[in-house]
Amino acid sequence: MGIAWGSLGIVVIVSLAVGIVLVALVSFALVGLSARTAPAEGATLGPGAGTAVAAVCLLAAVAIVAYGLYLIVA
Amino acid sequence: MTISLIVVVVIVTALLFDFTNGFHDTANAMATSIATGALKPRVAVLIAGVLNLVGAFLSVEVAKTISSGLVDEAKISPIVIFAGLVGAIMWNLLTWLLGLPSSSSHALFGGLIGATMVAAGTGAVHFGVLLTKVVLPAVISPVLAGVVALIATYVAYRATAKSDQGTVSRGFKIGQIVSASMVALAHGTNDAQKTMGVITLTLITAGVLSPDAGPPFWVILSAGLAIALGTYIGGWRIIQTLGKRVSDIQTPQGFAAETASTAVILASSHLGFSLSTTQVATGAIFGAGAGKRLASVQWGVAGQMAIAWIVTLPAAAVVGAVAAWAASTGTVGTVVVAVVGVAVAAGIYAASRRRPVTADTVNDVPSAEPAPVAA
Repeated sequence: MGIAWGSLGIVVIVSLAVGIVLVALVSFALVGLSARTAPAEGATLGPGAGTAVAAVCLLAAVAIVAYGLYLIVA
Repeated sequence: MTISLIVVVVIVTALLFDFTNGFHDTANAMATSIATGALKPRVAVLIAGVLNLVGAFLSVEVAKTISSGLVDEAKISPIVIFAGLVGAIMWNLLTWLLGLPSSSSHALFGGLIGATMVAAGTGAVHFGVLLTKVVLPAVISPVLAGVVALIATYVAYRATAKSDQGTVSRGFKIGQIVSASMVALAHGTNDAQKTMGVITLTLITAGVLSPDAGPPFWVILSAGLAIALGTYIGGWRIIQTLGKRVSDIQTPQGFAAETASTAVILASSHLGFSLSTTQVATGAIFGAGAGKRLASVQWGVAGQMAIAWIVTLPAAAVVGAVAAWAASTGTVGTVVVAVVGVAVAAGIYAASRRRPVTADTVNDVPSAEPAPVAA
C-alpha cells in the first residue's frame, strides 16, 4: 500500500494557498469598497483608488473561482 | 432484456441511499449560509438541490468502482450491494436523527465491507486500501480544512477591521452565496457519482449492460434527481448542528469556511484523493469558529462528532453484515431485510417528530438542551 505523500503535500499546499489567498482577496476588495462609502478616519485610501483595488482583487478572485469551476466540469 | 427482482431492489435501494446522502449533506454547503442569514433557509436548499442535480450531469469522470477498491469487486453480488446499502441508509438515518454530520461515503464503504465479509469472507476486504483511502484522508482532510479556514478567518477579520462594517458584511454575504454554491456543485459531481456507479455495476453484473458501459441516461437522471430531492428536503437537524451549535458563525467566518471546504475538496479530488465532503465542511466550520475566538467553539460538539465519525464505518459494517447474512438465505430473507429496514426508517422518522427541526426553526438553538459534556 503506497501513500502518495507527494500528492498529499500538493493538496495541503494548494488548499492552504488558494483558500487563504481567495479570502484575503475578497477582504481587500471589501476594504477598497468601504473606502468609497465611508472612508476610515485618517485613511489615505481615496474612493477612486479603493474602487480600483476592489476591481483588481475581485477580478483575481473571479479568476480563481472560474478555474475552480473548470476543475469541476473538466 | 429481463431484469431480475433483486436488481430492481438494488436500484431502488441505491436511489434511497442517494436520497439520504443528499439530505444528510445539505448542511455541508448551506449550514453557515443559513446561520448567517446570507441565504433564506428554503432558498438555500433550493440552490443546493439544483446545483447537486447540475453537478450530477457535469462530471465526465464516471465512478468505475463501487467501493474504490476497498473490497474484491469480483466477489460482490447484488445481494451484497443491497445489504451494504441497507447498512449505509440505516446509519445515515440514525446520525440524522441525532443531528450529527457523519460521512455518507464511510457509511457506504462500511456497509459494503460488512456485507462482503459475511458473503465472501475477510479475505475479500482490502484492509490496506482501507487505511490509505479512508482512514488517512479522514484524519488529514478535516484538520487541513480547519487550518485553512482558521487562517482565512483571521485574515478576513484583520483586513477588514477598520472598514465600513455594513459594506463588509454585505460583501461577505454575497461571497458566501458563491462559495456555498461551489460546495454544492462539487458535492453533486462527487456524491451522485457513487450511486451511479453502484447502479451501473449492478446492471453490468446482471448482464443488462456491457462490461465497459457508462451509466445510461436514466441512471444519471434518477441518481441526480434523488440526491437533489434529498438535498432540497434538507437535513435541518444537521444544518442546525453545523450552523448554530458549533459556534456562533458570522458572515466572514462562513465565507472562509466554505472557501476552505471548496479548496480542499477540489484540490484533493483533482489529485485523486477521495474524501468525505462532510468531514471537510465540518472541519472548516470548526476552524472558522476558532479563527475569531478560540473559546467560542463548542469543543464538546466536536467530541460528539469525532465519536460518530469513528463509529460510522464499523456500525454500518455491522448492519451490512447482518443484512447480508439474512438476505443471502434467499428471497424470503431479502424481503425480511427490506421490511425491517423500512420499519426502522419509519421508527426513526417518528422519533424525529418529537423534536422536529424545520426551515422555520433551524436557526433557533434549543435552549433546553443541556450543555455538551467534556467541553
